[in-house]
Amino acid sequence: MSIVSTLTRRTPEPDTAMSTDSTGQQTPMLDVRGLRKVYTSANRSVEAVRDLTFSIDPGELVCLVGPSGCGKTTLLRCISGLLETTSDEVVLEGKRVSGPPEGMAVVFQEYGRSLFPWLTVWQNVELPLKEKGLCRAERKRLTTESLAAVGLADFHSAHPWQLSGGMQQRVAIARAVAYEPNVLLMDEPFAAVDAQTRGELEDLVRALWERLGVTVLFVTHDIDEAVYLGQRVVVLSSSPTVVLEDVTIDLPAERDQLTTRSLPRFTELRAHVYARVQEAKAGAQSVATP
Amino acid sequence: MTTTTPAPAAADTRIRRGRGIPTSALGAAGFAGVILLLELLPRAGVVDARFLPPFSDMAAALTEQLASPAFWDALAATLRGWATGLAIAMTAGVAAGIVIGSVPALRAATASTIEFLRPIPSVALIPLAVLLFGTDMRSTLLLVVYASFWQVLVQVLYGVTDVDPIARDTARSYRFSLWRQVRTVLWPTALPYVMTGFRLAAAVALILEVTGELIIGSPGLGNAIAVAKSSGAVDTMYALVIVTGVIGVGVNLAARFTERRVLRWHPSIRREVAS
Amino acid sequence: MTTSIRRAARRLLLIAGLPAVLVTAWWLATANSTNFYWPPLRTILETFGPTWLEGKLTTDVVPSLARLGVGYVAALALGSGLGVAIGSSKTLRATVEPVLEFFRAIPPPVLVPILILFAGIGDGMKVLVIVSGAIWPILLNTVEGVRSIDEVLRDTAACYRFRTRTRLTTLILRGASPQIMAGARQALSIAIILMVISEMFAASNGLGFTIIQFQRSFALPQMWSGIILLGLIGVALSLLFRLVENRVLAWYFGQRNTQHSGA
Repeated sequence: MSIVSTLTRRTPEPDTAMSTDSTGQQTPMLDVRGLRKVYTSANRSVEAVRDLTFSIDPGELVCLVGPSGCGKTTLLRCISGLLETTSDEVVLEGKRVSGPPEGMAVVFQEYGRSLFPWLTVWQNVELPLKEKGLCRAERKRLTTESLAAVGLADFHSAHPWQLSGGMQQRVAIARAVAYEPNVLLMDEPFAAVDAQTRGELEDLVRALWERLGVTVLFVTHDIDEAVYLGQRVVVLSSSPTVVLEDVTIDLPAERDQLTTRSLPRFTELRAHVYARVQEAKAGAQSVATP
Repeated sequence: MTTTTPAPAAADTRIRRGRGIPTSALGAAGFAGVILLLELLPRAGVVDARFLPPFSDMAAALTEQLASPAFWDALAATLRGWATGLAIAMTAGVAAGIVIGSVPALRAATASTIEFLRPIPSVALIPLAVLLFGTDMRSTLLLVVYASFWQVLVQVLYGVTDVDPIARDTARSYRFSLWRQVRTVLWPTALPYVMTGFRLAAAVALILEVTGELIIGSPGLGNAIAVAKSSGAVDTMYALVIVTGVIGVGVNLAARFTERRVLRWHPSIRREVAS
Repeated sequence: MTTSIRRAARRLLLIAGLPAVLVTAWWLATANSTNFYWPPLRTILETFGPTWLEGKLTTDVVPSLARLGVGYVAALALGSGLGVAIGSSKTLRATVEPVLEFFRAIPPPVLVPILILFAGIGDGMKVLVIVSGAIWPILLNTVEGVRSIDEVLRDTAACYRFRTRTRLTTLILRGASPQIMAGARQALSIAIILMVISEMFAASNGLGFTIIQFQRSFALPQMWSGIILLGLIGVALSLLFRLVENRVLAWYFGQRNTQHSGA
């Protein structure tokens, strides 16, 4: 099976171009080259990720989408340095990643399990800042601002389990944002919240990204979500994973749930990505047998 | 696996499952290590051999014990006392638990008393038991029953509260007889808790059985240990302590096995209620 | 207003009713008792003050409780410390867990004669007895607690590059605290038993020693008052434990309640 990668490289689009990448030639924020991950147990080995190559420029919002079970989470854990790769080059800001790097924050899918239940909302957001060695005043400012930004200014002293699922995920987002990361990784963050909350949270991510200029890598299995959020959508194959296509989303930068989703271009892009994911599923068998 | 430091070279060992050595082999190695230590420490003079004889001496004393009828009598006495006490505690605990648990007024009225009586250390009853029964096996039985009764009762009470109110109302609306209600609705719900109580009580009963024998002097392994101690037979004492440990492990395994067997059909293996 | 008063009265009746009935029954049943073994409750209560609150308070009650306190705290520190170390390594856990299960299964009182060999019959022996019996439930529960800390929570701590100390205090000890407390609760009742037993076996002072002395000298009302005192200590310590537990595990109980009502 021929592997199509980086079929549609992003072209400078006036609508989507951020100020940072108008210069064209610059080192990417995150560069993943030939990432491979093989799980080995006592008597067999499973190739989860075969060959993954893509890069993200500073300030970009890129979505990774693929059929379920395509190793998205493995990939994300490799990039975040939580999992050792079999062979790879994950380069963050020109430095090779091994172990969780500085300047990276992760929002996990399991919001209920990624917040410390014994800490209050405030403490959950503040703790990583303490670990970073920030002074008290700075911690207070960042925590207050980020909790306000996600709409939880009134819930400082609540415990995570007293909040709804969507609100818990907001706390996790606030924690990541307050950390002031260069790259924000999001692992299917909205897979477990209800549809309405999901829309709100998607807009929240867009808004925070626009305001803070942070580079975002957003992993999802939801094609609509990927197209709605991203400047680019990287389509992954079934496991063992390779990049099938890198689609530029040339939708207006100003997005909202109602108008953007009803644009003809949105439907086209959605259909295109959908077709690729379906192909990936169909090709699963031929890919699975090397 | 949590020792990965933030150092850049820190490899994540979390996914490297099974480094080729099976768990059972590691466990056996652990035991071998302890035995080796018990052998070498006294031989090397690190520990006084009068206090801790080498393991080989303990093993020799154990073999000697296994050949003596007195040992088997003591073992039988301990097991008999344990089983009798446990059976009484189970019967009384389950009966009292079901009656108290299913009558809300009774439950409310007895709650404070149960909470008060339960933490009273059963060893406080030793002098009373000695006065009443002397060094008879009944002295120890009193301690065993008192200590394990509460374990059973409390679990049964949890279990009875756990009955699905809808199931109970259904049974009532079909005018099931009281006996039928208990059998079809209450008992199946409470059974997992009863088994938890059984498992906890089995361990506690053994502790109190041996304690009673040791302190009061009623016949059994505990008494044999006291005798070995006072006659200076240190290696025999250690051998007997090892036997009590083996019995303890046996009791735990048997209780867990029984629990799993009885609950094989049960849809959910219940989480244990912290007691 | 009146309903709330009535409700409070009802609660009081439920809490104090049965105990009052039982104590009254005991009082009446033994009021004119001439039976040597069952002295009147009145006599027992009258001897309680002179027996325990004067003199023996400092010579017997306080030393007993001090040994209990030192032994229990040492068992808590050692058990949770070793438990964290063992729970953090898969290989170490697989190696030592069966051995630890064996030590836990030994009925703790049989350790008394062994420890007398090593430590004589002084305070050191008694503290050692308490530690060596109370440590196992704490140790094994801590191992289990550390093992079951959520994988995502560990990942979170790794991503935000928590320092080793923060990891230990905020992630591991707090994460394992529900299991540690469950072990500590079992350990408390074992520690009380061992406090009494070690004094009954060989001692020159302490609660267990004194009560046995009363029994041997057939000072029955005093013996009964001692049994009551031990009971009161057991109840008081269990209440104290629950107070601490409610503070330490407030988050855990809160979370469990919301999960139960939410499901």
